[in-house]
Amino acid sequence: MGKQTPLYDAHVDAGARIVDFGGWDMPLHYGSQLEEHHSVRKHAGAFDVSHMTVIDVEGAQACEFLRYLLANDVAKLKVPGKAMYSCMLTPDGGVIDDLIVYFFERTRYRVIVNAATREKDLAWINDQAGKFSVAVNERPDTAMIAVQGPQARELAATVIPRQWREAALALDPFMALEADELFIARTGYTGEDGWEVVLPAEQGADYWQRFVAAGIRPCGLGARDTLRLEAGMNLYGTDMDETTSPLESGLGWTIAWEPDDRDFIGKTALIAMRANKDRRKFCGLLLEGRGVLRNHVRVLVDGVGEGEVTSGGFAPTLERSIAMARVPAGDYQRAKVEMRGKLFDVRVVKPPFVRNGAATIEI
Amino acid sequence: MTELPGDLLFTSEHEWLRQEEDGTITIGITDHAQDALGDLVYVELPEVGQDVTSGGDMAVVESVKAASDVYSPVTGEVTAVNDVLADTPENINSDPYGDGWIVRIRPSDDVADTMTPMEYQEFLDGLEE
Repeated sequence: MGKQTPLYDAHVDAGARIVDFGGWDMPLHYGSQLEEHHSVRKHAGAFDVSHMTVIDVEGAQACEFLRYLLANDVAKLKVPGKAMYSCMLTPDGGVIDDLIVYFFERTRYRVIVNAATREKDLAWINDQAGKFSVAVNERPDTAMIAVQGPQARELAATVIPRQWREAALALDPFMALEADELFIARTGYTGEDGWEVVLPAEQGADYWQRFVAAGIRPCGLGARDTLRLEAGMNLYGTDMDETTSPLESGLGWTIAWEPDDRDFIGKTALIAMRANKDRRKFCGLLLEGRGVLRNHVRVLVDGVGEGEVTSGGFAPTLERSIAMARVPAGDYQRAKVEMRGKLFDVRVVKPPFVRNGAATIEI
Repeated sequence: MTELPGDLLFTSEHEWLRQEEDGTITIGITDHAQDALGDLVYVELPEVGQDVTSGGDMAVVESVKAASDVYSPVTGEVTAVNDVLADTPENINSDPYGDGWIVRIRPSDDVADTMTPMEYQEFLDGLEE
């Protein structure tokens, strides 16, 4: 048996298929992954993401520390509540994890990292923090629920305390609000509008039931994966890890090269990689015919070389198979993939595939 | 889990077989198999007239989660395929023993090891332990 979130019993009661995810017993689906996927694109879905790791970074040098720890630059965050996506790198430029950091003030940030990487992340962060006047506090006392979909915010607003509704609904994208014991962020991992809500662990199950009662459909990790794939969002451990740099993972945009005088872990290695024009690139693939692209499928580019699907699957919104892939450098629009000994045509496209319920690539 | 239909035989690969009056055998995957795979999104069918070998792969069912080969439980010739599955693979989820049938084969040899519904149920119970 793995670790359980405060919502575990609620999942079992709702008939969830439970699977192991990074040592956690998590719901894969509650009957139909496809229907859950469509609910999020068309209406509203709720995800238990309590397994993710919430870390508060506080202290006189919190800003200086995070500027050194992360490839993106937290100094860009000026408005309290503003969120930023970043990678945390090894000195070699490999990705230790991807994360979201929320800014409150220069002495106080909240960082949310992945579940499966919890131990190594905490060890790394604490190790690096030693040189700074900063406190790193994990928050295992929290639960986290993501409500996502075009109706999600309106429905979820009926559940949160009345005095916070207006302010929560007024949040701009990528902004967060501290509402007494709730932390409400207009962020997500689905390509739809919505909130991610961090709350005290003991209130998790109650809030979950109330979100569901408000008409938000429980969704499992299966739908979460097809939604994030359609949204063109990377999955750590699959699309990138410590052996790959952000530059070959479609995450070059998350590296803050300026200002020049900021040092951060991995910077020297990244500068060398940036100069290499032959480095592999990251792209989206659309399978032209029927079938399903799967992780690790071989990608063949005529006259150029070979690459690999890093995450592939069926895109329920498009009713086609899509993938993200690491492929050789070059300018080409077509490639082939090898599945079960046969070759299939794929088109090279630029993710995202779907945003706000609609296709963003030509089918 | 629905009750297993009494007129079917089952394999350890979670396929079901029904002996038809014209001598052919209809084959599909069991309710347990579809449940384990999750929502099906694609089915690759053999050609009518194709020869299949007992234990050899003859079709592929793909769900949101994984691809799974369907092995022929008998040697013979494919006489019909359920073309409707190309557009509605979800029939296998909703009606695995009916609209979700996959192929019909005219056997040229005896059917290999199969289980009665009761034996298959015991086999499934054993898997859960």
